[in-house]
Amino acid sequence: MSTTAPPARRKDLLDIESLTREEIVFLLDTARPFKDLFDRSVKKVPALRGKTVLNLFFEPSTRTRASFEIAAKRLSADVTNLAITQSSVTKGESILDTVDTMQSMKVDYMVVRHAAAGVPAFIARHTPAAVINAGDGNHAHPTQALLDAFTMREAVGELAGRRILLVGDLLHSRVFRSVSTVARKLDMEVGIFAPTTLIPSGRPDYMQAFNTFNEALEWSPDFVYLLRLQRERQAAHFFPSLREYHHVFGLTRERFLECRRRGIRIMHPGPVNRGVELVDEVLTYEHCLINRQVENGIAARMAVLYWLQPAVTPLPDEKEEVAS
Amino acid sequence: MSETGETSLLAAPDIRHKIERIAAQIVEAHPDRPLALVGIHTRGAVLCRRVYDILRARGRDTAFGTLDIALYRDDLDNLGTIPSIRGSDLPFPVEGAHIILFDDVLFTGRTIRAALDELVDYGRPARIELAVLVDRGHRELPIAPDYLGQSISTARHDHVRVCFTETDGREGVFLTRSAPQP
Repeated sequence: MSTTAPPARRKDLLDIESLTREEIVFLLDTARPFKDLFDRSVKKVPALRGKTVLNLFFEPSTRTRASFEIAAKRLSADVTNLAITQSSVTKGESILDTVDTMQSMKVDYMVVRHAAAGVPAFIARHTPAAVINAGDGNHAHPTQALLDAFTMREAVGELAGRRILLVGDLLHSRVFRSVSTVARKLDMEVGIFAPTTLIPSGRPDYMQAFNTFNEALEWSPDFVYLLRLQRERQAAHFFPSLREYHHVFGLTRERFLECRRRGIRIMHPGPVNRGVELVDEVLTYEHCLINRQVENGIAARMAVLYWLQPAVTPLPDEKEEVAS
Repeated sequence: MSETGETSLLAAPDIRHKIERIAAQIVEAHPDRPLALVGIHTRGAVLCRRVYDILRARGRDTAFGTLDIALYRDDLDNLGTIPSIRGSDLPFPVEGAHIILFDDVLFTGRTIRAALDELVDYGRPARIELAVLVDRGHRELPIAPDYLGQSISTARHDHVRVCFTETDGREGVFLTRSAPQP
């Protein structure tokens, strides 16, 4: 438990990159007592009573949306879900039109997911509501990274010096970007193992790349983090076949047994493609953290909602735009 | 706003005496009933712990818990810095319990209101009483202590600080007078 003063509140959470180490640690420390609430007879606290949280999803999601919804409701906020389908866009409504409409409903928090990177940041500049990025294109998924860091801390304690191996489609993965960033900010060592076609070109120096899964396991990671394979990538010829992918980059039975022998924790952001990223028996392994990641997502998102502070008045640049 | 220095209201022996008297009054009011003592973070918990130790030494059947009321505050909106949450720890069934709530200073009563709201979210206690070391007045809610160490008359803008060895490295109750804001 830290004794330092809590960091000043922010209006938005758009990525992990802009958070300080102190802010990350504060959010992880705050998520802990939120998780303890789940064992109480009343699982709600009144911290966000009278506030409205809007889940604004331009890209389909069931799990993340449900997680945010439960988090907001346990803080006593009112929640509205809005899934903007392709058809709404073809009706000619721009993102800003949608945000303006929502703003007139006086929402206090907006949880935004969009297939294009940067949309949550764009919306944040145009609304006094606190904006949380729930995944934007290949860019960021900060609450996923926070819940993963929380889960890792819960499993092993202090994370500095611990090793995480990220496996899979790094190129298209906002989870990869956010998780590797949170790991670096918490002084973890980051290893990667991926098809060469799916490694981003500007890979930072602090990541250690491996050529085979066995070589990566020899590095003795504390955590193996399997990224979800987007099946549509196969059509784009980033790799030959799902079978081939599993054979080279998946947690096969043989590799799983090696992980179990070494006591390595297994993580995955879900939903799992069984038989592709991992074999079924991983899910019943004692050090498989995948279900805990889901449970901890609620506590981590509660901590974020508790910390952020919506702006009181319309933002200054909004007025300028009206004036110009 | 000018400060005119710190006045000592209670010294270490006074505090010890007040706490012993609170413990004695609790025993007198509840001769044989199991009690649950709950202290509000941070210094209410220290006060509570000391009374708990006295009751335990007398062989009383007593439970001890702590309450973090941060999430039940009514002013979270306006805070530029959000309070850290340490979490509450009530290792006994609240349902049907006789609870005595502890805080170091009773002022507006808003902290106690928040604590009452939180307690009932854990269950329905048979009864809740309130014990405080210092009552400095200026209540904004209809709340009064059942067990009281010392009542002090203060101005609204004065600052009353309770220091315990466990949390502050020294023992004492201090008053800092502030000129009223224009």
